[in-house]
Amino acid sequence: MTTTTSTPTRTARAAAGTADYLDQRTGIGVAVKTFARKIFPDHWSFLLGEIALYSFITILISGVFLTMFFVPSMNETVYNGPWPTMQGVEMSEAFASTLRLSFEVRGGLLMRQIHHWAALIFMAAIVTHMMRIFFTGAFRKPRELNWVVGFTLLILGLAAGFSGYSLPDDVLSGNGLRITDGVVRAIPIIGSYMSYFIFGGEFPGQDLIPRLFTVHVLLVPGLILALIGLHLFFVVLHKHTQFPGSGRTNSNVVGYPVFPVYTAKAGGYFFIVFGVIALMGATMSINPVWNYGPFDPSPVSAGAQPDWYMLFLEGSLRLMPGAAEIVIAGFTIPLNVIIPAMIVPGVLFTLLAAYPFVEALATGDKREHHILDRPRNRPFRTAFGVSLLVAFFILVLAGSNDLIATHFHLSINDITWTFRVLLFLGPWFAFYITKRICLGLQRKDRELVLHGHETGRIVRFASGEYIEVHKPLDAHERWLRVQHDAIRPLEIEPAEDSRGVRRKGYRADRIRQRLSEMFYEDRIDPVTPAELAAAHSHGEHDVLEPAGAHGELTGAVGGGQHFVAPTDETHPEKRNR
Amino acid sequence: MKALAARRHDRRAPVVLLLLALLLTGGLYAVLAPASADAAPKTASTDDIAAGEKLFQANCATCHGPSAAGTASGPSLIGVGAAAVDFQVGTGRMPAQMSGPQIEAKPVQFDDEQISQLAAYVASLGVGPAIPTDEQVDPALGDPANGMALFRTNCAMCHNAVGAGGALSQGKFAPKLWETSPRHLYEAMLTGPQSMPVFNDANITPEGKRDIIAFIDQQGDTAPGGMTLGALGPVSEGLWAWVVGIGLLIGAAVWIGAKSS
Repeated sequence: MTTTTSTPTRTARAAAGTADYLDQRTGIGVAVKTFARKIFPDHWSFLLGEIALYSFITILISGVFLTMFFVPSMNETVYNGPWPTMQGVEMSEAFASTLRLSFEVRGGLLMRQIHHWAALIFMAAIVTHMMRIFFTGAFRKPRELNWVVGFTLLILGLAAGFSGYSLPDDVLSGNGLRITDGVVRAIPIIGSYMSYFIFGGEFPGQDLIPRLFTVHVLLVPGLILALIGLHLFFVVLHKHTQFPGSGRTNSNVVGYPVFPVYTAKAGGYFFIVFGVIALMGATMSINPVWNYGPFDPSPVSAGAQPDWYMLFLEGSLRLMPGAAEIVIAGFTIPLNVIIPAMIVPGVLFTLLAAYPFVEALATGDKREHHILDRPRNRPFRTAFGVSLLVAFFILVLAGSNDLIATHFHLSINDITWTFRVLLFLGPWFAFYITKRICLGLQRKDRELVLHGHETGRIVRFASGEYIEVHKPLDAHERWLRVQHDAIRPLEIEPAEDSRGVRRKGYRADRIRQRLSEMFYEDRIDPVTPAELAAAHSHGEHDVLEPAGAHGELTGAVGGGQHFVAPTDETHPEKRNR
Repeated sequence: MKALAARRHDRRAPVVLLLLALLLTGGLYAVLAPASADAAPKTASTDDIAAGEKLFQANCATCHGPSAAGTASGPSLIGVGAAAVDFQVGTGRMPAQMSGPQIEAKPVQFDDEQISQLAAYVASLGVGPAIPTDEQVDPALGDPANGMALFRTNCAMCHNAVGAGGALSQGKFAPKLWETSPRHLYEAMLTGPQSMPVFNDANITPEGKRDIIAFIDQQGDTAPGGMTLGALGPVSEGLWAWVVGIGLLIGAAVWIGAKSS
């Protein structure tokens, strides 16, 4: 609409007319107006969750296309199509229709590949988004429930991926189902009944593909959609968190309105996400089922692995020594399956889901938090997150041990033993290193706040003494480094009251205090105003002239540290980003 | 001097130095690396057992013994047949470069005539499988669909579903099959080199072997869906999803975040 508002074009009038029609009947104008003016803070990492959302939309669109041609049936048929290595081979209708989708339906292979790449990106985006939430402490009150919703979405994503991966009924995914069957059977007492229940009889049976189809196209996507709705509703309800910075508090949101800024940014980002996935689908082969052939329980090929998000389970199984199977009074307890396939993921996922509540318990903090933490300022949390990731990563690598062996010319036996040891040592080592790095960065922050930037300017005095001139931080830089709370371990009431009577609940309190000490015993407190004042007042050299405009920092100097006024005050907007 | 000293501390200096060093190393390697042995002109002379024996004594007897009966460091070759020699020497595995978990393929050390002389000599020591005819290994005559069924039952567990190769125990591995010639594929099945089992004609018929060759030829490294990513399955797919997909998308997110609002 390039014309002036006084003479609206036909399109503008049509748009206004439609909007008015809708508004008069639904009153939607109020909602649109409110939402369009809603403020969101700006940071690239806030877009990670959007990758997940947009790749999910891509999955839905391409998935609808695939359901038009896929036949979810295990009935036998004989292939008679263009792919030479499958000519006249007996296979299920599911597999035959997947081949038809790939080689005969126009655009079918592209859609299949877009669907599968989008699924891998979806899971990767969820994990990346979750890391952002975790390391910045965005899960703290009031957002704990939204963390649980997000965690459930992660699990549902796994379920969606696994059920879809198994649908083509090829050898590779069939191997995965056989492992699933084995894991289900390993559940004590009810295992074999469960297996018959899931597969509708002895593995593989005739029921599984239709069942997985319903799970994959109806049940799981429905749940995911509902939970995404809830997830986003919570984001709007709680308002978005923001990184610390001058002017940003727990009671405001500094950013830009949804309209026009985020409609452009987020809307544009959808097309970027879709574009990248489409590019991958068009140029990179994924899950070429014709390589594996139709399912048959006997063959297992080298390099049989699940998609990346399930690879840690594969790794866990590969690392477990087989000798752990024990027999008690004629009953086999397959610990060699129970431990790697149930206990290891159980521990990892429980730690992940429960972490916000454990941290809240250790912190004893009931306040709301809308300002994100800088990861260095919460060393225990950051170190814990890194060690969880390291454990996950070691399991992923262990699941790829055969490819590591062939590509780096190593012995697979040595690799497996290395990972067995690393699985136990790696996370501790990563925890220790990360915590030290965090504490070191905090010390660096303190040093900067107290003494300013090194300028490299050496000044010689008349007396012959040399000093280096330090440039103090400006108010914005300093605020970023001192704004966070110093969290100390919880203090509890003594075990006995003044008359020596033992206090009820002391033991529980003591356990909580121990937990709190584990989190917050080692810490570097942010510089207090008193410390800052002290650092600036006990110097002996008062030689350099303070610049009047920046009074509070440039007065006295201390301990060989000399301050000059910052001369290149950039605009605060350009800083801390 | 001062300007020079200041530039020396440029933070890009290490990167530039590293690039220069890499360039230098690569250039030197390209110049100095030994050129692969020139293929000798192929002459169609008849098999000469005596010439083969001479070659054997000069190149093989150290490990396999002067009468090819084997020593502590090499097995007996009596009865392995011409096919085994043609495979081992024809793929460069023999003469072995060094001992290790596995004797690996390397540039071929002899010309075709010498290989056939060696094969003739070893074949003369005892009855063994012969070198297959061109017709026996012609992929065009095989049935790739039957080859697929045979391949995944007998070969895929070590060589990967389409022959991309896979790991064995203790540093041994099943090699990639896409660059191996049909004749060598056939001979490998027939003689079972190193860790590979022997698939004799009772196990897999000569027609079956040809079907397998047809399958590898037909399917192998084909990619109707774009780049194969090594045909290694979900691990390489996952790696690329993170590197290319998430990499590009995070790059785009940073770009959008940095755009003025």
